[in-house]
Amino acid sequence: MRIAKKYQDRYQEMPIERVDPELVEFDVRTDEMLINMGPQHPSTHGVLRLVLRTDGEVVSDVVPHIGYLHRCAEKIGEKVSPRQWLPYTDRMDYLAGMNMNLGWAMTVEKLMDLDVPDRARHLRVMMCELNRIASHLVAAGTYGLDLGSFTPFLYTFREREKILNLFEDVCGARLTYSYITMGGVTADLPPGWLDKCERFLCEFEEVIPELHAVLTSNEIFIRRTAGIGVLSPEMAIDYGCSGPVLRGSGVKWDLRRDGEPRVTRMYEDYEFEIIAEHEGSYPQDRDDYPVVPPQAVLGDCWHRFYIRMVECVQSIRLIRQAMEKYRECDGPLGEPIKVTQKLPKGEAYLETEAPKGQMGFMVVSNGTAIPWRVRARSSCFCNLSVTHELCRGFLLADIPAIIGSLDIVLGEIDR
Amino acid sequence: MADYLVQFGSPEWLAYGSVAIVQCLILLTVMMGAAATFTWMERKVSGRIQDRLGPTRVGGRFGWLQSPADGIKLLCKEDLMPAEADAVLFRLAPYMSFCASFCVFLALPFSNGWVAQQLNVAVFFILAVAGLEVFGVVMAGYASASKWSLYGAMREAAQVVSYEVPLGICVLIPVMVAGSLDLVTIGNMQQGWGWNWMIFHSPFMFITFFIFVTCAVASTNRAPFDLAEAESELVAGFLTEYSGFRWSVFFMAEYGSMVAVSGLGAILFLGGWYGPIPVADLIGLPHSNHPILGWLGELLGACNFLFKAILGVTFMMWLRWTLPRLRIDQVMTVCLKYCVPLAATMFVGVMLWTYAFPAGLLPRKTPIGPNPEAAARMTVETTGGDRT
Amino acid sequence: MNVADIVDQLKQQLADQVMRADLECVDPWVEIAAERLHDACRFLRETPELHFDYLHCISGIDYLETDPRKAKRIDWEPHFELMYHLSSMQHRHRIVLRVVLPRWRDGVEGRLLEVASVADIWRTADWHEREVYDLCGVSFTGHPDFRRILCPEDWEGHPLRKDYETPEEYHGIRVK
Repeated sequence: MRIAKKYQDRYQEMPIERVDPELVEFDVRTDEMLINMGPQHPSTHGVLRLVLRTDGEVVSDVVPHIGYLHRCAEKIGEKVSPRQWLPYTDRMDYLAGMNMNLGWAMTVEKLMDLDVPDRARHLRVMMCELNRIASHLVAAGTYGLDLGSFTPFLYTFREREKILNLFEDVCGARLTYSYITMGGVTADLPPGWLDKCERFLCEFEEVIPELHAVLTSNEIFIRRTAGIGVLSPEMAIDYGCSGPVLRGSGVKWDLRRDGEPRVTRMYEDYEFEIIAEHEGSYPQDRDDYPVVPPQAVLGDCWHRFYIRMVECVQSIRLIRQAMEKYRECDGPLGEPIKVTQKLPKGEAYLETEAPKGQMGFMVVSNGTAIPWRVRARSSCFCNLSVTHELCRGFLLADIPAIIGSLDIVLGEIDR
Repeated sequence: MADYLVQFGSPEWLAYGSVAIVQCLILLTVMMGAAATFTWMERKVSGRIQDRLGPTRVGGRFGWLQSPADGIKLLCKEDLMPAEADAVLFRLAPYMSFCASFCVFLALPFSNGWVAQQLNVAVFFILAVAGLEVFGVVMAGYASASKWSLYGAMREAAQVVSYEVPLGICVLIPVMVAGSLDLVTIGNMQQGWGWNWMIFHSPFMFITFFIFVTCAVASTNRAPFDLAEAESELVAGFLTEYSGFRWSVFFMAEYGSMVAVSGLGAILFLGGWYGPIPVADLIGLPHSNHPILGWLGELLGACNFLFKAILGVTFMMWLRWTLPRLRIDQVMTVCLKYCVPLAATMFVGVMLWTYAFPAGLLPRKTPIGPNPEAAARMTVETTGGDRT
Repeated sequence: MNVADIVDQLKQQLADQVMRADLECVDPWVEIAAERLHDACRFLRETPELHFDYLHCISGIDYLETDPRKAKRIDWEPHFELMYHLSSMQHRHRIVLRVVLPRWRDGVEGRLLEVASVADIWRTADWHEREVYDLCGVSFTGHPDFRRILCPEDWEGHPLRKDYETPEEYHGIRVK
């Protein structure tokens, strides 16, 4: 190696750790290649390592290796009180912080048997659905980026920027909110916020057909995603998949309607559709939804993507209803619990419908303010576990398409 | 020009040699200027398509100094080479690509007679040399000692080599109609008003143009056919291990070939250096009338030609930022199942059309079709000539 | 089906191996002996009226009080628990299975507990069990791909155990 003269005296040869070629992870035939889609890769959506076994371009096995973003959140949960642990949930699925907060807040409320007043309930619905739109926008934009379509990324992020500005007005943070806590929310809406939100919703409705034109109905996009990575409903349930991955296979299951009473009570007087294919068609709210292409098979990447796009429209509906209900409701906002509040003895586990799937939290308490054990069950963790089944037999170029359609966030998988 | 120098008594080798050097320098300047301008334009065009501004700081409001700034930065970068890379091939690869891309300009006329070497097999030469670019890419991918680069190189090789077939057929069709492989001749046959352009010769020719556009985009590895350098899967494909000056050489090769195929398309189909309205003729500027003003007319032609090339490049940029990427098997399907049969059908169609309407359906200024005496006359008149 | 009926059916199936159950708490649970876990899970999955087809989560909880002052006040012995959260999409009922285990196998510190893997019943258990092994130190017999998932392959120790000591160094990198 050539070193510049002035550094030559300081330079020490670093020992190169050469891996013993005898130690391979699994048998490799001589006509196969072992490729590492390493932790640093543009399209693995985070620090995910995929070891691919390929024969030319055809992938025969995919082994995901995770844990590069493991931050021991669960161990930390045994040292701090629930309200202090709330910011750690933000950083799990950092694209949907409100939903993570909601999951943890509701779990502790379940343990404490606490109900939030209606005003806070409507605020929670508003924030969670806005964050659902934001998360789906990121999913759509980065999915286009994975497939080579650079422009929708910027369109979706432009819309997401508006949502983040709304959140900044509410709680001061753009990404990690800690806004929804046990007992309600931390603060009420600032004046004028509802009008800004309405303006955003109107603008966003105009952008949705653009995104459909440049992604969902684009011929090349359809060719890249239709029929790729088909997940059958039985396999989806067996692997614990949830959210758009499960609904993309035709299983009409959404915790906002089918979950525990505590979760469904939050949405009980709202009107919205669960987006899943029913007898060959999707619920049609508007006339300008793109048509399901003939090459698309139920459970493939295209369907998972399409469900996310259509769920955004349902979220717009929910937000408008929430705003209306919030305006009419004039009860108390609810008080967040004290930081040093003692938890009753026992365990509680609750799953909520986060944008990426069913996010579950468990709290085990021994009667003190600090929980004994905290567990976060990540939706993307189970969604990712099905990758090796989906990727078998497809080409190398389909791997980003499949991983992108699962919409994973490593922060949530690794915690 | 070389003949003038010989007349003044300089030895032949010196005369021809210096003329060649001058021509190469001019073309190098054109190519590098084109690369610099098009990098800036790509960033501006992509920015506007993505609802944002491009560079706006370096060089005033429009950021036109961004390209020189980037060039300086690339020159100052550390010269990295992977430890296990094949030293010779790794270093050689960018220059191979660049040479192949540059050589196309040797036979590409910018106006009537404004060509480095007027070959009477220009089209053949261009196709042959443009296909050499794949050597640089495969060498780069192999020598980078990285499986990802190898993937990019393999895909590129498959793609470019298979797209040479429909590209060749598409190029052959105007050549067949014109009866000459000489690009200057083909260009001159499209003199006059807009309907003289080769693209309006027949409906088959019209469709051929679009097939040519597809194959040209595929052969220059631009999106939607850019899976050799697919950013999201392969980081940068065969370019992954290249940084600094070597990367910029590859980049110049890419932009150079974009301009070259756009120029080729312009000459073969879109009238070359003749615009839709023959301004030069109308105000009396053809070469035969007046030597200096005729030169001005040719300059106008060169501007026309450059404008069409820029239009072609802009169209390619527009495509890149709009469409997703095709997979390799889909690229091959498009080539073998769609482009080749279509191109062959168009070939037969044009052949039958020229048989049915030898003089064409529209009134033409210059008769279309093979014209041996005119071809012979043109070769003697213009510069250099080829020396077979 | 309500939880009481489910527990009755389970008790019938497993005879006396179902030890305790608490149906009044927030998440009704049933305790199963470790040896009968696999049979119980298979029964719960395959009986048509029960049909627990969705395994949500497998968690390991270490019950050991390391603080000596607090240890005087607790009323349980140090032990280890596994919790399985199951639900049925078809019948819309939920149950929690609890397995109480000693902290180490045969009481010898460092020997990992062995529990039958349910990865052949619910495929999602594959990754959940790997996580429980990695973080809590329970080995699952019959697991298809038994290795660590979140920590590096050559990490020593099981972080979520209460008596876990963070190592000083890992491959020359200071951890503590």
